[in-house]
Amino acid sequence: METFLQQIVNGLVVGSVYALVALGYTMVYGILGLINFAHGDVLMVGALVSLQVILFVQKTWPALGAIPTLMIGLSVAVTVCMLLGYVIERAAYRRLRNAPRLAPLITAIGVSFLLQTLAMIIWGRNYHSFPQLITTAPLQPIDGVFITPVQVVILISSALLMTGLILLVNKTRLGRAMRATAENHRVAGLMGVDTNKIIATTFIIGSGLAAVAGVMFSSNYGVAHYAMGFSPGIKAFTAAVLGGIGNLGGAMVGGVVLGLVESIGAGYLGSATDLCHLPIWAQSASLQTTCANGGSFELLSSNYQDIFAFVILGIVLIFRPTGLLGERVSDRA
Amino acid sequence: MSITLLEAQSISKRFGGLQALTDVSLTIRKGEVYGLIGPNGAGKTTFFNVLTGAYTPNGGEFIFAGSELPTGTPHAVVERGIARTFQNIRLFREMTALENVMAGHHLRSDSSLWGILVQNRHTREEERLITERAYEMLRYVGIERHATTLSRNLSYGDQRRLEIARALATEPQLLALDEPAAGMNATETAQLRELISTIRADGVTVLLIEHDVKLVMGLCDRVAVLNFGKKIAEDVPSVVQKNPEVIEAYLGSSHHAH
Repeated sequence: METFLQQIVNGLVVGSVYALVALGYTMVYGILGLINFAHGDVLMVGALVSLQVILFVQKTWPALGAIPTLMIGLSVAVTVCMLLGYVIERAAYRRLRNAPRLAPLITAIGVSFLLQTLAMIIWGRNYHSFPQLITTAPLQPIDGVFITPVQVVILISSALLMTGLILLVNKTRLGRAMRATAENHRVAGLMGVDTNKIIATTFIIGSGLAAVAGVMFSSNYGVAHYAMGFSPGIKAFTAAVLGGIGNLGGAMVGGVVLGLVESIGAGYLGSATDLCHLPIWAQSASLQTTCANGGSFELLSSNYQDIFAFVILGIVLIFRPTGLLGERVSDRA
Repeated sequence: MSITLLEAQSISKRFGGLQALTDVSLTIRKGEVYGLIGPNGAGKTTFFNVLTGAYTPNGGEFIFAGSELPTGTPHAVVERGIARTFQNIRLFREMTALENVMAGHHLRSDSSLWGILVQNRHTREEERLITERAYEMLRYVGIERHATTLSRNLSYGDQRRLEIARALATEPQLLALDEPAAGMNATETAQLRELISTIRADGVTVLLIEHDVKLVMGLCDRVAVLNFGKKIAEDVPSVVQKNPEVIEAYLGSSHHAH
């Protein structure tokens, strides 16, 4: 039972990070019909920029407290990523707006490689340890279930950000223009919406969220690395598809569901594939020594947790390609 | 005495080998209802699309309220004061009637991303004002009771009214209506006619593409007739109606043979 609860906590934490990233995929898809495969790398840039800034601040103003230092790192990372998102849209995607769909898709992959390579040139190939500015001493709200203060902060701030985004999209001038552009950008233009500006703003907001997610990710795992964007990127994409790509609520639900499935799955994957639990195998000569005295022979350890994301992606694409909450495939004029 | 609002100067538009518009020139005066008629495929909707910036013309230009209109940037044309509706309704289907009109107000409001994020006073004030005006606009076209209905769930006639409300929300000087009476029954057409008269009385110039000849003749101050992309007549309805070239375009040349 403790394992289960613990994995739920872990799943919620990692799931809310996926959800933040998935929102970026789904917003861009909703408005342009483009899968922005460079989005995961924006997360990486966010993490590494904040790392750099935090190290600089720590060196220059060592007296500054941990929280202000983190906030400075976060703000700079968000600003840099927003700018990056704008530049990516402007330089790589805008001129391909009316090109066949494959062209911007391949470009997105190209931008992803470009960002990774640039990051590798700037920050090298090594893993950098990310300073733990919020204490990682775990709290124990229930006996045997641990949650770190970092994880609490991640849960709360991602919930706030998602609520804010929902309000932004549903209740404001900008949100209306975004929805109008997503539904039909030509008509939106003919009704006075500067669709180029709205599309750029969408990239800016999505990239800002990715930067926050990057800082969360690195704070939680304590590392940053030039290729760290790939895995959360592809999983957030899966989450967006799972929830119904183009649907904001879907991205959030998809992110959390994926995080939970992955986490719970990883918690039990080892013991579920432990050959020592199969009497026939356990008694075979080759395993007898391994299994003796409570030993185990796990076919798949929790390192294989990534398979859940891809199994889910496969299942969704086969049985419910529109995702959990997705229904409409936006029709364009 | 009357002031020119829009002057089209030898507008041409080609699609590959098809010459959709050839040297179309016309003048719309401030405050009038101007009809644009012609058989199917005559180029009426193409003219609308070129005028509103959806297409770039291959030749010619528009002078609107004294200066040249930008081409190819629809939102800039709307900003200058030209709004349109669509022959086949193009509402934002996933948004409520109210939100559709509020989206039309986008151009006439200016809250920034920052203002929206921090919800400053200007943003809140503007949002309140836009909501109020959008309700007013819905009342104006007579569908206020459907404000919170998703636009795709509105009846056909109400959708047409909503399109007009959304276009008016951009605060145009010239309202271009592309076959607003298409598919309407007699009662709805009569109501539409009344609405267009009110709009004109409130100082908005109207450009009307319409197939319903009775509506055009009863409502328009002047009419231009397009045929195969060329203007073949432009005058008050009673004169245009008797123009032999117009009769031929509508009824075919065999009409004279009998």
